[in-house]
Amino acid sequence: MTRSGTGDAAHQLDLLRDMMAIRQFEERCAELYSAGEIRGFVHLYSGEEAVAVGVSQALTADDSVVSTYREHGHALVRGLPLDAVMAEMYGKATGCSGGRGGSMHLFDAGRRFYGGNAIVGGGLPLAVGLALADKMRGISRVTACFFGDGAVAEGEFHESMNLAALWNLPVLFCCENNRYAMGTALERSHSQPNLALRAASYGMPAWPVDGMDVLAVERSAGLAAEAVRSGGGPHFLELRTYRFRAHSMYDPELYRDKAEVERWRERDPITALADRMRADGEVSDAQITVIEAELTAALDAAVAAARDAPVEPVESLTSNVYAPGAV
Amino acid sequence: MTSGQTRQHRPRAARKRPAEPVTITYREAMRAAIREALQRDDRVFLMGEDVGRYGGCFAVSLGLLEEFGPERIRDTPLSESAFVGAGIGAAMGGMRPIVEIMTVNFSLLALDQIMNNAATLRHMSGGQVGVPLVIRMTTGAGRQLAAQHSHSLEGWFAHIPGLKILAPATLEDARGMLWTALADPDPVLIFEHGSLYNVSGTLPADAGPVGIDRAAIRRPGRDVTLISYGGTLGKALAAADRLAGDGIEAEVIDLRTLRPLDDAAIIDSVSRTHRVVLADEGWRSGSLAAEVSARITEQAFYQLDAPVQRVCGAEVPIPYARHLEQAALPQPETIAAAARAVVG
Ligand SMILES: Cc1ncc(C[n+]2csc(CCOP(=O)(O)OP(=O)(O)O)c2C)c(N)n1
Ligand SMILES: [Mg+2]
Repeated sequence: MTRSGTGDAAHQLDLLRDMMAIRQFEERCAELYSAGEIRGFVHLYSGEEAVAVGVSQALTADDSVVSTYREHGHALVRGLPLDAVMAEMYGKATGCSGGRGGSMHLFDAGRRFYGGNAIVGGGLPLAVGLALADKMRGISRVTACFFGDGAVAEGEFHESMNLAALWNLPVLFCCENNRYAMGTALERSHSQPNLALRAASYGMPAWPVDGMDVLAVERSAGLAAEAVRSGGGPHFLELRTYRFRAHSMYDPELYRDKAEVERWRERDPITALADRMRADGEVSDAQITVIEAELTAALDAAVAAARDAPVEPVESLTSNVYAPGAV
Repeated sequence: MTSGQTRQHRPRAARKRPAEPVTITYREAMRAAIREALQRDDRVFLMGEDVGRYGGCFAVSLGLLEEFGPERIRDTPLSESAFVGAGIGAAMGGMRPIVEIMTVNFSLLALDQIMNNAATLRHMSGGQVGVPLVIRMTTGAGRQLAAQHSHSLEGWFAHIPGLKILAPATLEDARGMLWTALADPDPVLIFEHGSLYNVSGTLPADAGPVGIDRAAIRRPGRDVTLISYGGTLGKALAAADRLAGDGIEAEVIDLRTLRPLDDAAIIDSVSRTHRVVLADEGWRSGSLAAEVSARITEQAFYQLDAPVQRVCGAEVPIPYARHLEQAALPQPETIAAAARAVVG
């Protein structure tokens, strides 16, 4: 896992590539959805890449991650194989959840990626529990928990904040504040829209971060994760970001202006980093073109493999309800 | 938000309509019912996640915010327990709330309020406090939404004394059940199957409130009774078509109201056909289908010429992959096969 300083050009190129990989994956999903190849509810992460990529720099392979239904980016940057994630979109047996979960329920227990949870706020208590287990077992590990601004209104959020702080548990709460919960703007659903302040009221360190700047995210996540890891208890990052696309593939986006979306697109985290690196002579257009082509080729291969992959036989419909051999 | 308006608790007259039948979708019928309720009774308001600006997660309330304003088409934060509880409180306080929960899966976050407050307050208070509340929610599978967005839990709610449970399966019921539910002095839950919203057909232009205490025979027949409700009714009717091709005349019953159940309609049909197949998207174990089956055995055992058959959801959380999801649900063919088996 990369822990190098943010000034390192090679490291920044890695960050750029990781964000580009997520963006390409998401844009391909949009195409595949429109073509009817993948189904269900699909929530894209375009615009929010700096959050997943920045936070992941602070995590080791032994840490745990709990995510939401908007988790393609978290899964990819966690190292779930592209082929397995794509096959899951297709509902194939080779998918990372065996085709049972789909877009909203990507899992990889080996990589301590505890899902894709599609109940808003549902992952927070799980993260608290994972961290409790680590603490009770004397394992030094951080559990990173991603959730949206909307989740902050749920009771489970507040109950989880309190428990984590009360028991001094090693959780890194990563609130992806993209300003909307489906069609409801932040100010229309929170009496106190400063979300870091809400978390701080539970007695844990909490601060806002520019979620469109991957280096800023990396820095804050690094500080917070370090503190969590060394016994400092739960920390909360309010990562201020924006989703460029609709909430899900069904959303006609009646609730926000095109102009607002355009303004945020000007702060595209990928363009921002690329521009900065170009200005410093750390990357060339030719290099970016090569990366893009490599990512496209990998995606093409993943799509082809997913199309050809077998589905699970109907005879095993009721498998995985209980442990094998348990019933 | 302030309103400045004083509420007048005075029913207004329903709008005048032209006389010809209108073509309408289930979604539009539901919307027409909500609109009529808002027009007729100032105490009625709609509250839930994304019912206003977004237009409703299934577009049922699209346009109502513009028509009735943010006081009466009230967007809530993601706080199911709080806004359902607030609906209960508002009902106790003299309003007639319609609370929308996006889907039954999220109603579980409000289960405490529904079960421990809405269903019990009248009883616990010795009859002093009623909760005239309507809660609407989407239910059911079939759209590849996987295991946290696809379940049919209305049978669980039908377990709870103090609640009334409705499952409108037809346009007429989508249009007509809401007003009757709002007039009810107790909490009524309305389950709208997600696969029905785009179903379209015609309704009389003056379609209005319908009763909520009787099951309906949707297709008469004499050889076997197929009992279903909600999203499964269409499948039972399709099964009846197939059976007709084999010379089997199936009677199709739409339960409409899952609590209280219309025992008389069920027993009457079974007493004529002597054979019965229950189709229910809920899981078989401990299901509504199990309850209906038990009542038939209790009340009409000697009328039966064959064991009661159930075609239910497979005992598995609903999978994402399409072929597995379809295999997990009752289908016209599996219902027809069960019917053929009992007719023998
Ligand atoms: C408990 C619950 N209520 C409602 C929903 C429907 N829903 C899915 S995502 C969503 C918006 C969540 O917004 P936020 O937490 O800000 O995350 P974002 O989608 O913006 O990433 C809603 C209302 C749900 N999945 N779970
Ligand atoms: Mg959000």
